[in-house]
Amino acid sequence: MPDQKSVNRRRFLAGTARTACGVGLAGLLLALYAGSARSRPATALRAPGALPEDAFLGACVRCGLCVRDCPYDTLRLATLGEPVALGTPYFVAREVPCEMCEDIPCVKACPTGALDPGLTDIDDARMGVAVLVDHETCLNYLGLRCDVCYRVCPVFGKAITLERLHNPRTGRHALFIPTVHSDHCTGCGKCERSCVLEEAAIKVLPRKVALGELGHHYQLGWEEKAKRGESLVPGLIDLPDRLPEVRP
Amino acid sequence: MSAQRNPGAAAVERYGWPRAHRWLLMRRASQLLILGLFLLGPVAGVWLVKGNLASSLTLDWLPLSDPYVLVQSLFAGHVAAGTALLGALIVLAVYAAVGGRVYCAWVCPVNAVTDGAHWLRSRLGLQKGWQPKRNTRLWLLGATLAVSLATGTIAWEFVNPVSMVFRGLVFGMGLAWAVVAAVFLFDLVVSRRGWCGHICPVGAFYGLVGSASLLRVRADRRAACDDCMDCFAVCPEPQVLTPALKGARHGRGPVILSPDCSNCGRCIDVCSQEVFRFGTRFDNRTWSDLPEPEQRKGRNAASAPGVGT
Repeated sequence: MPDQKSVNRRRFLAGTARTACGVGLAGLLLALYAGSARSRPATALRAPGALPEDAFLGACVRCGLCVRDCPYDTLRLATLGEPVALGTPYFVAREVPCEMCEDIPCVKACPTGALDPGLTDIDDARMGVAVLVDHETCLNYLGLRCDVCYRVCPVFGKAITLERLHNPRTGRHALFIPTVHSDHCTGCGKCERSCVLEEAAIKVLPRKVALGELGHHYQLGWEEKAKRGESLVPGLIDLPDRLPEVRP
Repeated sequence: MSAQRNPGAAAVERYGWPRAHRWLLMRRASQLLILGLFLLGPVAGVWLVKGNLASSLTLDWLPLSDPYVLVQSLFAGHVAAGTALLGALIVLAVYAAVGGRVYCAWVCPVNAVTDGAHWLRSRLGLQKGWQPKRNTRLWLLGATLAVSLATGTIAWEFVNPVSMVFRGLVFGMGLAWAVVAAVFLFDLVVSRRGWCGHICPVGAFYGLVGSASLLRVRADRRAACDDCMDCFAVCPEPQVLTPALKGARHGRGPVILSPDCSNCGRCIDVCSQEVFRFGTRFDNRTWSDLPEPEQRKGRNAASAPGVGT
């Protein structure tokens, strides 16, 4: 009887469609959740050599071998309920910063390359970048000589320098402003950890958040001029700048 | 009635409790041993094994990795470097030989949770509840790969209760207890054998891995079956029993060939007639069709190079 056959076929198709729709819905929810889990709080830093976050979440298998081989218990795996992607390794600089081991055991432990094995010199790590976020409470900004962030920096004298400014409050002293240089800062977080304030004035932020990026077509006149050895605009007459009159 | 209320009672009566639970006890021991090895480091400082089920390093030289996680990683666009790949190949080779879903029955930490739910469910005499098709897990397996591809993440690891529980026990639970409770309640209240039997894509993956596995449960003495139905009552995937146990008249051999079978051995435990045993997938002739002396000869021949060696 052809009816019997078509009823069976109909039932099969309906059942399959039901499963497909149910699973499709589950997949959609999973995709939305996975998408939202990609945002990471700025305080959660990845281990040295971690791939950019998007690639990291496709590469890290959440095994915790980096956590196990970290001699300072800096790294931990995100548990359910924490705002970091479930099971992935991270650290909070203000709690336990990265001690920048020379042999980088966390990278060596990673079985998947989520921590890039190409990182062999820990000074090349870019876990984030320190930013002196608060100019109002930083003691050096207030004219004192705290200097702690400057002194604990493992890339001493390069990643953080003290830049002298005039202290307009006293009129006769200098401000020694901690200044981070992103081409040397590894984002280890030792400065943030050791900031003496109740809430750190210097914080390690994800580089994506903290750093601007010049337009790729930008040319800095003075660099181009130095490269070429002369002005890029020939025949340009450089008139003398009029300086303010100085009264005796 | 007895099969519903207390499956295995006949086997207990005939062989005693320990023997009628030996595979169950060995499975629990295996699950605890594996968890214990991982816990030995963080608890006692003895680092025989590091990591977790996703990827581990044993005695600082043997890498083992979850191939399902790596397949998702591959779909997410990352080709795992080095030891994870090797570890996954080792794991694949082992499960391809002993049966993929041996992972489910002998390793997975969720197994004890869902077995517990099933035990309580049968004690309470609950109906089977919502039963999505068995192949839902295969669909879901496909969906996790699709989502991995679409989002560039290892998608199932965001929600996978298996890795959540195991990672939680070894590295710290957080709210993972809530997920354990959810799986337990799902299996208890919503769906009999729901998680492991219908939903879990990890089990589906390992089922595919072991679809040609050598180690199999065989109903070699199926002619002795007295239709007590105890094996059907305890089997987490009872659909795998029928062809092997009752297929003689359709010319089907006694080997349980379905990749859904997790080689848990519970059917061997509860059978008072010793119908089942572990063996290989080979020699799938229908012993029960042969005359009795031939049967005995065949059984001996089949058991000689079998699991005992």
